[in-house]
Amino acid sequence: MSAQTIVSLPDQSTAKMPKRHYINNEHGLLSWLLTGDHKRIAILYLISITFFFFIGGAFAALIRLELLTPQSDLVAADTYNKFFTMHGIVMIFLFLVPSVPATLGNFLIPIMLGAKDLAFPKINLLSWYLYLAGGTLTLTALVLGGVDTGWTFTTPLSTHYLNTHVLTTGMAIFIAGFSSIFTGLNFIVTIHRMRAPGMTWFRMPLFVWSHYAASLLMVLGTPVLAIAIVLVALERVFGIGVFDPTKGGDPLLFQHLFWFYSHPAVYIMILPGMGVISEVISTFSRKRVFGYSAVAFSSVAIALFGFFVWEHHMFIMGVSNYSALVFSLLTMLVAVPSAIKVFNWSFTLQKGSITFETPMLYAFAFIGLFTIGGLTGVFLGALGMDIHLTETYFIVAHFHYVMVGGMLMAFLAGVHFWWPKMTGRMYPESLSKLSAVTSFIGFNLTFMPQFILGYLGMPRRYAAYPQEYQVLNVLSTAGATVLGVGFLLPLLYLGWSLKYGAIAGNNPWQATGLEWQIQSPPLTENFVETPIMDHEAYDYEWLANKTKHEVTTVG
Amino acid sequence: MSHDAIHSQAHDASNVTNPEHAEHHIVTPLQYCYVFATLLVGTAITVGAAYVDMGVLNPIVALAIACFKACVVILFFMHAAYQTRLIKVTIASGFFVFLVLITMTLTDYLSRSWGLW
Amino acid sequence: MDSAIATTHTHDAGHAHGEHEHVVLPQHRHHFETEEQQREAGSFGMWLFLLTEIMFFGGMFFAYLLYRNWYYPAFAAASNQLNVPMGAANTAILITSGFCMALGVWAAEVRQKKTLVITLILTTIFGMAFLGVKYFEYKEKYELHHIPGNNFSVSMFVNPQNYPQYPDTYAEKPLAPDMAQKTQIFFFLYFAMTGMHALHMIIGIGLLVWLIMRANRGDFTNGYVAPIENFGLYWHFVDIVWLFLFPLLYLINRHPLH
Repeated sequence: MSAQTIVSLPDQSTAKMPKRHYINNEHGLLSWLLTGDHKRIAILYLISITFFFFIGGAFAALIRLELLTPQSDLVAADTYNKFFTMHGIVMIFLFLVPSVPATLGNFLIPIMLGAKDLAFPKINLLSWYLYLAGGTLTLTALVLGGVDTGWTFTTPLSTHYLNTHVLTTGMAIFIAGFSSIFTGLNFIVTIHRMRAPGMTWFRMPLFVWSHYAASLLMVLGTPVLAIAIVLVALERVFGIGVFDPTKGGDPLLFQHLFWFYSHPAVYIMILPGMGVISEVISTFSRKRVFGYSAVAFSSVAIALFGFFVWEHHMFIMGVSNYSALVFSLLTMLVAVPSAIKVFNWSFTLQKGSITFETPMLYAFAFIGLFTIGGLTGVFLGALGMDIHLTETYFIVAHFHYVMVGGMLMAFLAGVHFWWPKMTGRMYPESLSKLSAVTSFIGFNLTFMPQFILGYLGMPRRYAAYPQEYQVLNVLSTAGATVLGVGFLLPLLYLGWSLKYGAIAGNNPWQATGLEWQIQSPPLTENFVETPIMDHEAYDYEWLANKTKHEVTTVG
Repeated sequence: MSHDAIHSQAHDASNVTNPEHAEHHIVTPLQYCYVFATLLVGTAITVGAAYVDMGVLNPIVALAIACFKACVVILFFMHAAYQTRLIKVTIASGFFVFLVLITMTLTDYLSRSWGLW
Repeated sequence: MDSAIATTHTHDAGHAHGEHEHVVLPQHRHHFETEEQQREAGSFGMWLFLLTEIMFFGGMFFAYLLYRNWYYPAFAAASNQLNVPMGAANTAILITSGFCMALGVWAAEVRQKKTLVITLILTTIFGMAFLGVKYFEYKEKYELHHIPGNNFSVSMFVNPQNYPQYPDTYAEKPLAPDMAQKTQIFFFLYFAMTGMHALHMIIGIGLLVWLIMRANRGDFTNGYVAPIENFGLYWHFVDIVWLFLFPLLYLINRHPLH
């Protein structure tokens, strides 16, 4: 075992948790609810997004259960519409968008930069409350009877033809959007203004770079969603006609505004995950990330190109063919920086001393699944293919490969990777490996059949389907069950490890980031004295020298 | 003296928290008065120009004056002229993304009827 | 470089590098190394927030651009119904308010408490005057049934000859009924854009009241000017939005000499 692992834990018989750390610094519920500490806010976020993840997951389970049989027998069609709408809204706005940035990003970015906190701690706390308000409103809409617009709020369906709780949900998303804006704003200011001495832009961990790129999208994209939703609400309440074709409005204008945010939002969701993967791959292959600056710039390039491609969601909606051509070509551009990342991670592995810890397993799952998701995205970006494949299960499979196979795997990789830092304790190794493998198998079993289903022409968003699609749907539902187990396991054993996990020590992975050079869990003020960054990121020789030096001084 | 030491350390030229720090420039009331007068005159010209028939130029002139006034406000009332390059780039990027929204959406609306007659 | 803006600074001596007066202000937050870092972070954060505002209004400006080109006759006729003197007066009022705000920032920088409070009060008064004028404009629209929705009426645009009291409209050619319907989109955009702008003004006035109370306590004339500066940025941004709204909404088609 020890030959194939780099884990170095302190001697468990003598190891103790640090006396003072951010968790026990203050006591009582209020000390959490009114905290300005980025680490505590990260934990608050972690708890709340986990809650919403399982709500969204419950709806996914209901959807798969309904699709087990060709008839709409478990629920009526309109209830099914509410299920997939709630699944989409909760998963996208309440889980994927804040997942890595608001939890791991919040926790780690100040530490990685050598700062004591984010630039605006109160705004950080405010963003959590806004998130909670958005989440509560979503749950309110759910309890009152749900909403069945789909997560896209497509007009004129959402404005004229539905009698469900569109306004409540719209308000929820509006508010949750501001939560995301404030997170992004805080990150950008922190990254620009709070770096420790010596921490140049090209010494920052790639995790920070990818969050920087995602934050730009949050700040510049989200307000456009906000105004689009305000206009939908006004159209619904006052019938003002801006999206109403009978009054001269253009329903496509809504989609332009909506996708102007919601396409970049895809990158808001995936970029932070890519940052996690860069850290994990480097640590467990004991090598500096291959082509550091290429990976760093590819994050920014993805963010930039992200603003030029949104119309590919609307190719069959009646937009101009010429414009569609332009957007189709531009869409291909996004593949370039994404491929740069995948190639560079692969080259990082080459001749590295690879060990297969749990985060690394999740990272491998990410690379494979994201590549499939990304490449099918190129199919969908091609005009001719898109007409055949859009609005089918092919597209459902495509974005689940990116969002679940990519982002969720990255999120779990990150949670496992930094769990010892956040809690001071290790998760159980073999159980967590089992869960990584289970989710990988379950995931492929769920969504690979959906590619085929979509290619055969099964449309998305229907409760019933022709008989001949049943076999693949049964496979998919079976896979979803396995996947569900794969996601429940971490909840159980991570909870268990809070009390019974092995004590992790400062740097269980022998990683180079600044966050690993301080105690786990960290002090409220992160650093006893402001660190001075005198080496490049991912410099394992520096770490080896430092460790040797420590041993000699202690000895 | 000790403060000098602190500062020179905190502002290590190779890289610091604030590689380029803005001098805190104070704009005088007199300068503000000039800006104020410019803005009022600009408003008067805007109204006046609207009543002169210039064909397609009317909206262009109106927008040009509005942009000029906005620039004056941003540069002097909002002190952007005295800010770091970071702030200037930030402002520019906001307008850039706004222009992306407009131009890229217009590619659809301008060409939607092509070939359909 | 200087952590605090000292009273002794005149605008040209402010960047003397020799001065390192390291006053620790009570407003200094623990996680910033220097107050200069804190001030710059605050102003950078405010600018980023204004970027989100640009994009927020940007969506409506695009809708305006689109529908103005699609339904130009309706937009021209509807725009002529707006009240240019009121709009122009409001522009001047808002510019004056912004001017007072700018003076307020200066007063805080040179630590003149009385001037600061007076300028902030003037800013508030002009801001409220703007909203007052806006109220009368909205009221007129209400009486003419120009508020989009169920009570919207196009009679003024299909039968302008019935409205001799509105000379600009009276001189218009009547619009075809289907084009006249599109005036509703103009008025919706008018209300959405000016309404959103007015909402920002109202929020701003609320903040101003709070700032005036704190300024009166002397909070911002001891070298801690960040809240005044950052609020100034917000207030000027709201002004800028109006500088575009005024010509775009009020002055679409004033030039054909009737």
